[in-house]
Amino acid sequence: MLAFKEVLLSVPIAAITKNFGMCVLALCLGFFSARTHLLWVATTGFYLYKKGINVMTDNVDRSKRRLLLAATTAAGGVAAAGVATPFVLSFMPSERAKAAGAPVEVDISAIAPGTMKVIEWQGKPVWVVRRTPEMLSLLSKHESELTDPTCSVPQQPEYCQNANRSIKPEIFVAIGICTHLGCSPSFRPEVAPADLGANWGGGWFCPCHGSRFDLAARVYQGSPAPTNLIIPPHQYLSDNLLLIGDDKKKGVA
Amino acid sequence: MKLLNNFVGWVDDRFPLLDTWKEHLSEYYAPKNFNFWYFFGSLSLLVLVIQIVSGIFLTMSYKPDALLAFASVEYIMRDVQWGWLLRYVHSTGASMFFVVVYLHMFRGMIYGSYRKPRELLWIIGVVIYLALMAEAFMGYLLPWGQMSFWGAQVIVNLFSSVPFIGNDLSVLIRGDYVISDATLNRFFALHVAAIPLVLAGIVFVHIVALHKVGSNNPDGIEIKKNKGADGHPLDGIPFHPYYTVKDIVAVVVFLIIFCAIVFFSPDMGGYFLEANNFIPANPMQTPAHISPVWYFTPYYAILRAVPPMFGSQFPGVIAMGIGAIAVVFLPWLDRGKVKSVRYRGPIYKLFLASFVISFVGLGYLGMMPVTPTYTLMSRVLSVVYFAFFILMPWYTKIDKCKPEPDRVTFK
Repeated sequence: MLAFKEVLLSVPIAAITKNFGMCVLALCLGFFSARTHLLWVATTGFYLYKKGINVMTDNVDRSKRRLLLAATTAAGGVAAAGVATPFVLSFMPSERAKAAGAPVEVDISAIAPGTMKVIEWQGKPVWVVRRTPEMLSLLSKHESELTDPTCSVPQQPEYCQNANRSIKPEIFVAIGICTHLGCSPSFRPEVAPADLGANWGGGWFCPCHGSRFDLAARVYQGSPAPTNLIIPPHQYLSDNLLLIGDDKKKGVA
Repeated sequence: MKLLNNFVGWVDDRFPLLDTWKEHLSEYYAPKNFNFWYFFGSLSLLVLVIQIVSGIFLTMSYKPDALLAFASVEYIMRDVQWGWLLRYVHSTGASMFFVVVYLHMFRGMIYGSYRKPRELLWIIGVVIYLALMAEAFMGYLLPWGQMSFWGAQVIVNLFSSVPFIGNDLSVLIRGDYVISDATLNRFFALHVAAIPLVLAGIVFVHIVALHKVGSNNPDGIEIKKNKGADGHPLDGIPFHPYYTVKDIVAVVVFLIIFCAIVFFSPDMGGYFLEANNFIPANPMQTPAHISPVWYFTPYYAILRAVPPMFGSQFPGVIAMGIGAIAVVFLPWLDRGKVKSVRYRGPIYKLFLASFVISFVGLGYLGMMPVTPTYTLMSRVLSVVYFAFFILMPWYTKIDKCKPEPDRVTFK
């Protein structure tokens, strides 16, 4: 057992660090004092009941009873909400889940032209593609077939709202989750394959419901997906080091 | 309001809503002379609800896997939002469950609530108590700390002392030759599903049985013997609103104490949560000093007090088991003319006092390391403990009782 002195010493620290406890205690006391009124009514009634007078039906001060009922209901409601809070909040993402959402550093030097690397960020696939000059030149040729060629819907940070949807033209970053129902589209960089038709200029094809995206992840008209794919906030820490998930980190080259 | 009444009427035509309400609350007549001992029944129900709710939420983040269990409890403590509160509420609730249940049982003992016609009610209560012990024991394995592991190791090994089938029995319980992942997994299943279902069921039966025979009271006399013109006991008052309001005051006081423990001393200086259980289970090393949680220690002390006989620990296990269920025999051991301690003679009071001393004393000794002095004390107190039961038919019969009043005493 703790010595009395230790208990005394521990209380202020505990009270500061776990002030939620004090809130609950205060709520209980508030509830208690409100209930005391009702108890007084009830015990008085109890004595009268034994004498043959039922205050529950006789000589009732109805307005006072209503007031007491409302007061205790309100106090009880506040207490119930206080008790429910930790239970509901325990359903929210844990600190571990939040930590998994931390920015991720990617070394892009090994990505060959025309290929893609998939990174996990916040549990989602993030694509990093090194586009070839040919791929970039194709981007402007099919704009009339796109739903949102100018990227007016804010599916990207402002610094990526440009013709290539990227910071550096050749390096493209996007979250690989279809804006339709959340599947991850397949990377199809080849031009005019048999299954995708002669007009296919490279891009992504969603296996679930057939949405088509170009190599800037802009959605083609006629796809079930309503908008272009999302581009996450990102920045270059150096020429070959990409930081995904944070574009405001200071003190870098 | 009219809408509500219509709805209640609609339900009542299809389900005995008002009848149930009347029979069990607004027209369940309880003796008017209840004192504070009568809080602990409804408080037990409250703690059961607290344990079920906090337990369900813990299950959502806990992993019943020997490799993951300990870390998942730490994950609950550190990473899950308010997880530390859920866990401390659950661990404090476990100990407070036994606090209120022990007080509830003691109330039944001193006022003779186990006597005719409440024998079955009492037996159901003892079954609840046994289920509660199983629930607590299995729950204690789940954090997979050192005390979880070695506590379970010792308790399960008790079964291996059963002659002939012991070894097979303990292997059956563990699902392995040692406490292992298989044991953890099945204890988890029993702790979160099987036993809570049983508990909820028999608690319901306990209340139904109580309302059939009616509550006893501190005077130990039947209020149904004196009925008024309306057919209700003269000394009875409707449970609702009179006792619901009274119980709410007890609930508030109880919750203040409960919160104070949860927020300021969740481990209760090692009595509610043992320090060794914050170390992951290590099958290679037993902690220097192991003891069960406080609510099991009286029986643990009895177990240790009995020396091995015929090269077997089995007699001690039997003594411990009988010690735990001894109260179930009370309805047939008690030959007293009165029920309540208020009208009992000095001999009963002496035995009752010695019973309390032996139970508390054994509880203390069960937590202490084994020394020759403590073992001797455990033996003496074990004898005193069993003497209370074994000698009861004799001393309750010869005891000089005071006359019971006709009506309950109420100031």
